[in-house]
Amino acid sequence: MLLNALLIRFLSPSFWLRLAGVLCFAGLGGCSDNWGWYVVNPATESGRQNLFFLIDGLYFTIGLSVTAILISICVGLLVALPGISSRRAPKVINRVYVELVRAIPILVLILWVYYGLPQVASISISVFWAGVLALAISDSAFQAEIFRAGIQSIDRGQYEAARSISLSYRDTMRFVILPQAIKRILPALGNQLVYMLKMSSLVSVIGMQELTRRANELVVTEYRPLEIYTVLVLEYLVVILIVSAGVRWLERRLETS
Amino acid sequence: MTDPVTQPFIQVRNVSKYFQDFCALDSVSLDIELGQKLVICGPSGSGKSTLIRCINRLEQHEHGQIHIDGQLVDSSPSGQDVLRNNVGMVFQQFNLFPHLTIIENLMLGPVRARQMQESEARELAMIYLERVQISDQLNKYPAQLSGGQQQRVAIARALCMTPKIMLFDEPTSALDPEMIAEVLDVIEELADSGMTMVCVTHEMGFARQVADVMLFMDHGKIVEMGPPKTFFTAPKSDRCKLFLSQILRH
Ligand SMILES: Nc1ncnc2c1ncn2[C@@H]1O[C@H](COP(=O)(O)OP(=O)(O)OP(=O)(O)O)[C@@H](O)[C@H]1O
Ligand SMILES: [Mg+2]
Repeated sequence: MLLNALLIRFLSPSFWLRLAGVLCFAGLGGCSDNWGWYVVNPATESGRQNLFFLIDGLYFTIGLSVTAILISICVGLLVALPGISSRRAPKVINRVYVELVRAIPILVLILWVYYGLPQVASISISVFWAGVLALAISDSAFQAEIFRAGIQSIDRGQYEAARSISLSYRDTMRFVILPQAIKRILPALGNQLVYMLKMSSLVSVIGMQELTRRANELVVTEYRPLEIYTVLVLEYLVVILIVSAGVRWLERRLETS
Repeated sequence: MTDPVTQPFIQVRNVSKYFQDFCALDSVSLDIELGQKLVICGPSGSGKSTLIRCINRLEQHEHGQIHIDGQLVDSSPSGQDVLRNNVGMVFQQFNLFPHLTIIENLMLGPVRARQMQESEARELAMIYLERVQISDQLNKYPAQLSGGQQQRVAIARALCMTPKIMLFDEPTSALDPEMIAEVLDVIEELADSGMTMVCVTHEMGFARQVADVMLFMDHGKIVEMGPPKTFFTAPKSDRCKLFLSQILRH
């Protein structure tokens, strides 16, 4: 019981917002000698510069995550479709893809795509697209599983009804099955987007100028890890809370339609 | 195939269907003429659904042949075409598309499978909605309608594809008693208009009214078949007698 209560407390956004508020207040008010908020104090010229330098990383974090998730949704759907086939060969293809991709740590995939792929394929790949590619591949295995479960949750009668009015397989998927499946998997897709936003921080290792990389660079020059990483935490927190709210809003809208 | 005049519209020849080792249809043969109304009854698990699902190939049978309009029904494009153009189906659980409005449910087939213009499909849909008396609900979603209304929409949806024959699989079994009549009325009216139909049902009053041919199935076989008059008054087999006495008791 106690554990439960604690968990609920720690998992609620409001708790974290309050904690963040207290931390900021304590820091900005200079109540403690450990805090040096001047590094990101918007009232000063250098603080403002630092703050904007950090926040500008949002552009890449969001660009990276959104591009990657759009690709991974498409790839995931393409991988999911053979997974629901009644024949064996397509199913095996689906399983092999999902199991293989799921087994590779994202960080390893990022390194491999950025440093390894150019050697194998003798192409040069930008940091951004290497990041997108690695995140998208990694996520596509999860998307495939989500889509498969979503599609399989649709009643068999829907396929039969579609068939009885002569719809082709493509039209059945497009107009009957997927619209219903997507409604059902929307919460899972939302989770996946949140996960992606967080995992995009790993792309900092190959020099992507997203939120985490910028924070790291600023820490090196300013030597104020506590404040800078606190800002970093808050940045992720704000973005992800907004995304979560957006997904829930979308869910409610689809629910009523 | 050489003589199209005497050829029955649907010809089922020695059709067997197995689920793993279980024989759900045991060498069934059956002719259905255009305009005929066939009512199938029989105990649960006797293969009634399997038979009509084989006719429109929701199940694939292992042995025997089914011809519709002289064309063999199989997985080939021509076999699929003859189904698309001729056979409509109404399910026990309605199977309306829950994410589409009533009118969208009806228009989907004509627009997507028949490449009909939206406006034309809408007109067609309105005609059939009026026929099943739902024309005032066209912008609602299926969940907002009663069971009886949903089933009538499902009938209209099938009719929008202008089939020559309609298959009904226990169309009133999922309905509350007070809604059964409204659905049966619609089917009866459809029968009067000359539609060929095969209907699995245990509504014997309705069967007596509508059927040209009664068919009793048990253990994957057609046990008894004949005009309703003799079927109800003088069934030949004991199994059919027993079944009828049980079902007509209340
Ligand atoms: N997909 C399936 N897999 C395995 N067995 C099946 C399947 N569909 C039907 N059967 C079996 O085949 C037999 C005939 O089924 P069918 O649905 O045709 O019976 P029915 O006469 O329609 O019965 P009911 O009145 O209960 O609808 C049943 O014993 C059933 O268990
Ligand atoms: Mg049945």
